[in-house]
Amino acid sequence: MPMIHYIEADGAEYEVDVAVGSTVMQGAVDNMIDGILAECGGSCSCATCHCYVDKAWFSKVGEAGSTEKTMLEMAMDPQPTSRLSCQIEVTEELDGLVVRLPESQY
Amino acid sequence: MQKVIIIGAGHAAAQLAPSLRKQGWEGEILIIGEEAYIPYQRPPLSKAFMAGDKTEAEILIRPLLAYKQHDINFMLNEKVAKLNPVNNTLTLSNGKELSYDQLALCTGARARKIPLPGSELAGVFYLRTLDDVKAIQQRLDAGANAVIVGGGYIGLETAAALNKMGVNVTVLEVQDRVLARVTAPEVSEFYQRVHTEEGVDIQTNTAVSHIEGDVQVKAVSCKNGERFDADLVIVGIGVVPNVELAEEAGLAVDNGIVVDEFARTSVSNIFAAGDCTNHPNALLSGSLRNQSNNRLRLESVPNAMEQAKTVAASICGQSLPYASYPWFWSDQYDLKLQIAGLSQGFDQVLIRGDHKHSRSFVAWYLKGGRLLAADCINRPKEFLVAKQLLSRGITVDPIKLVDESIDPKTFLQ
Repeated sequence: MPMIHYIEADGAEYEVDVAVGSTVMQGAVDNMIDGILAECGGSCSCATCHCYVDKAWFSKVGEAGSTEKTMLEMAMDPQPTSRLSCQIEVTEELDGLVVRLPESQY
Repeated sequence: MQKVIIIGAGHAAAQLAPSLRKQGWEGEILIIGEEAYIPYQRPPLSKAFMAGDKTEAEILIRPLLAYKQHDINFMLNEKVAKLNPVNNTLTLSNGKELSYDQLALCTGARARKIPLPGSELAGVFYLRTLDDVKAIQQRLDAGANAVIVGGGYIGLETAAALNKMGVNVTVLEVQDRVLARVTAPEVSEFYQRVHTEEGVDIQTNTAVSHIEGDVQVKAVSCKNGERFDADLVIVGIGVVPNVELAEEAGLAVDNGIVVDEFARTSVSNIFAAGDCTNHPNALLSGSLRNQSNNRLRLESVPNAMEQAKTVAASICGQSLPYASYPWFWSDQYDLKLQIAGLSQGFDQVLIRGDHKHSRSFVAWYLKGGRLLAADCINRPKEFLVAKQLLSRGITVDPIKLVDESIDPKTFLQ
């Protein structure tokens, strides 16, 4: 099962197994990782699952879709590798993916 | 070992249990739910799950293992019959007594029932639980006739989902417009237009008099003499907060279980969070429906989650007063509706975009020139801007709000 590496803003790190077909957001929610709120449950409606994809992984993860991009523009402190984690589907290719979480989703 | 019991296994409970662990609670955590399921997401029930786009496993908030790993336990299919605050126990419907040190009431709300002749016929459904939707899905066939009673969010979302599946849908709304409780006439008009464009028949000013059929439903009869064939009837006319346990135990109840900004009820070791609560919100003006104070009851997932965090803090001896701007969302067809704030009490509505001919616009609600809320349809940027305008207390010149040539991001400067 792919392993996703979450790094919270305060430095806390989590390496968790997330099933293929699930999302990076769901992996955080399943493992009670605070830095992701996921208020809308993954329907790209709230921008509280914002994460920064590690630069080395960004090309594998890919660009945000257009609604997601609009939401990201208004997320807290967006960076070039920002994604909404509910829109990142976990695949075998993403085994070892590193994402950093923002200080706040608000 | 100290024990927290959480009554209810919905969104509030799903947030409360992990938050307790995060805040350092090392004692027992037991969640008692009357449904057969660990916490699942309710919003998809009338949207993606109804339409068959998501499975049951996909709507669970998190899998059972995740809770187990944090020593969070469940008792499902279990109803609590009585609370005994004086001796810190509760009694289950099977007579068994459980004791607690801290108790959290996350009992939510239940669908309001329609007291009409024929409402007990087979084929008449309410829509609040996963079991409700599974039962509805068994009766869905392309070409079936569905009558939906109630033109609120549940009614309209369900209409959109069923319509997509090839079901012939009629929505009966007793008021003169859909979404009357929650939006301005311009938004009601918009939703009626889109549903009609998509093939749903919306009948406003139409009250149901009775439901016809022998054993199975056959038709719905209305007070104005109209009659609609129905293979299935879905009723979405609002919810009633589950306050009975609290009320019978002598806790303060008034349009919900009364709590303070720390989610405390009138009993010091009993807390409440979510749809069941009547809570204060210091951020909202005194224009909430019929209340002169800043108390309200909200039917909202983000509210349940935020209040749950406040309960966790209170139980762990910390202080995280609840005061957030409400927000909501609704998915119907290709319409993404995101609502920031509460519009009640508005004296002005300004429209950004074209609500009569397009599927993308914003309805800004103001009172005395101050922004109360924004209904954003396919305008995620304006929605997120609106949330910040509210939380930061920024007033924007109304001329700018409706000027499409101005990037809404600039409203925040």
